[in-house]
Amino acid sequence: MTKADIIEQIYEKVGFSKKESSEIVELVFDTMKETLEKGEKIKISGFGNFVVRSKRPRVGRNPQTGEEIEISARRVLTFRPSQVLKQSLNKSDVVS
Amino acid sequence: MNKSDLVQRVAGRLPNLAFKDVEVIVNTIFDSMGRTLSKGDRIEIRGFGSFEVRVRHPRTGRNPKTGKSVDVGTRKVPFFKVGKELKEKVNNGG
Repeated sequence: MTKADIIEQIYEKVGFSKKESSEIVELVFDTMKETLEKGEKIKISGFGNFVVRSKRPRVGRNPQTGEEIEISARRVLTFRPSQVLKQSLNKSDVVS
Repeated sequence: MNKSDLVQRVAGRLPNLAFKDVEVIVNTIFDSMGRTLSKGDRIEIRGFGSFEVRVRHPRTGRNPKTGKSVDVGTRKVPFFKVGKELKEKVNNGG
């Protein structure tokens, strides 16, 4: 599934034109990106949480050469799926 | 920010659309994403990231309270991989 499929779903189920659907879907993801960029978390009930976490600098190793390198402090985005989503993935297992 | 805040912010940028309309759309987006993952299919959103289903092998777990062994069967878990663009934005953001 890509953004185009999501746009198609909105066109079919909600009845907006493809152009409108596409604009709105872009705006939803843009808004999410801007929010996460600011370091703010996003909680989507029934789907999951997107959380920005700060990582401290640490010493890593180049697995090929064995050389030690410092990995700088950074912020990373993690996704924590909701219980509902996790359950729905495993329910389909029983059905199919 | 929760789903309703997201709807609010998106609606604020679309003056011709009502909160209700945007709410229906946001719900449709996450519902269809959830359904896609339930089918075991992958989702790729350019510039944002991709979602896929990973299989966790069965293992023997332990009830931490009683110490009793319990069999945990094969489970499917959703996995999100951040897109390059968003990964960089999050790291460089204020």
